[in-house]
Amino acid sequence: MKHMFGTSLAALLLAAGTQAMAMDICVEGAYPPFSETADDGSIVGFDIDIANALCAEIGVDCTMVKTDWDGIIPALLEKKCDAIVASMSITPERMEVIDFTAKYYQTPAMFVAPEGADLVDSAEGMAGKRIGVQRGSIHQGFVEAAYPESEIVLYGTQDEANLDLMSGRVDAVMADSVALDLGFLKTDSGAGFAFFGETHADPQYHGDGAGIGVRKEDTDLRDQLSAAIDAIRETGQYDEIAGKYFDFNVYGE
Amino acid sequence: MRVDLVLDNWQMFAHGVWLTLQLTFLSILIGFLIALPSGIIRARRKPFWSPAINVYVYVFRGTPLLVQTFLIYYGLSQFAFIRESWAWTILRDPWWCALIAFSLNSGAYATEIIRGAVETTPKGELEAAAALGMTPRQTDCLVLIPSALRRALPQYGNEVVFMLHGSVVASVITLQDILGAGRTLNAKYYLAYEGFLTAAVLYMAITFSLVAVFRALERRYLKHLRPTRTPALP
Repeated sequence: MKHMFGTSLAALLLAAGTQAMAMDICVEGAYPPFSETADDGSIVGFDIDIANALCAEIGVDCTMVKTDWDGIIPALLEKKCDAIVASMSITPERMEVIDFTAKYYQTPAMFVAPEGADLVDSAEGMAGKRIGVQRGSIHQGFVEAAYPESEIVLYGTQDEANLDLMSGRVDAVMADSVALDLGFLKTDSGAGFAFFGETHADPQYHGDGAGIGVRKEDTDLRDQLSAAIDAIRETGQYDEIAGKYFDFNVYGE
Repeated sequence: MRVDLVLDNWQMFAHGVWLTLQLTFLSILIGFLIALPSGIIRARRKPFWSPAINVYVYVFRGTPLLVQTFLIYYGLSQFAFIRESWAWTILRDPWWCALIAFSLNSGAYATEIIRGAVETTPKGELEAAAALGMTPRQTDCLVLIPSALRRALPQYGNEVVFMLHGSVVASVITLQDILGAGRTLNAKYYLAYEGFLTAAVLYMAITFSLVAVFRALERRYLKHLRPTRTPALP
């Protein structure tokens, strides 16, 4: 009871500390189906539904703030928002700058190549091949370590990597399997391309799933959000939201 | 400031410097080889060639380098007939795409610099050449071109610095030049300040070296145009 009083007081203090008794949440709005901008300009997706459910759980009014991926951590640090819910993987590098809650989902990475490309997903199999990844993503770190004989090509966005896969400048791209599936393979441009090899989820490179980013000093908020993730998983709210977007277990093991 | 992360990644920046220098100097060199004949033809208003060069100069000075690079890199790769032709062996490579775009861009600007220098050649120099009985070819090679190039030096120095700064465009077509290294540092550790400041310092160092080289060249080759102190009358 005492503990509950403590946390709700922290929530109140936190809410009072930000504008208009509310909390601002940085979201990306350009990463379907997790986060995308609807025709009317509103931001929708799995990340946003989860964020709203968590805010309801801890009893705070939340406003979504659309922020570019490049500037999303600086925005948090400069207090333009109080938390990042943007499918951000929990990695040691990011932990140096910000803090994370427990994961709220975890999906593996996978290769995509032209259908029938006859590639083997191993360091030897990909030797001398050109692999496209998004600059600064977890996938860059992973392919650099796991495929040392390959040529790694860095792109600003996943869309540019996919363009060069289509033109044949890279032999394969590696990214999150769900983002590749729904963002590329299931679209018109994805015709003639397919997954190959295994699913990859190495904690050292891929981190411990996607978490909610908070400033290092906001440990109360971090613990509250972590507890709220557990809570919505127990009440079945999480599965309800996940069921709207995915037909598999997006939370992972 | 996390200087340690910059130092940990010094190899990435060293490769970046090497790539930036390669692209800058090669495109300046190729640009010069395009610009020398083009500039002279433009100055002499040769039929057919002069208007054709004018169109080239207009197009490449009229559009941003970034757009030219995107058109060559992503634009051309869209067409199946290009991907199936021999040209694809070159256009497939982002390094060649950048070099082609930068060279054509630099060539267009340098054409105008050389045209201006040729047009403003003092009449007396050409008359002196004629008085010495030089053939038109000798006049061009021994008088007109050396004289024009000397006088083009200050402007050409600017063009080289602009090309160096323009070469940052390479980082958007996957090349890891100096800015590419800075962007990678930023994306990996979220250290915008450290990554971009390192890039800025490196670009500045190269710029100052280039400026010093051109100043030395100007001192040597434009000595005759420098104001001199008149000896006091006895």
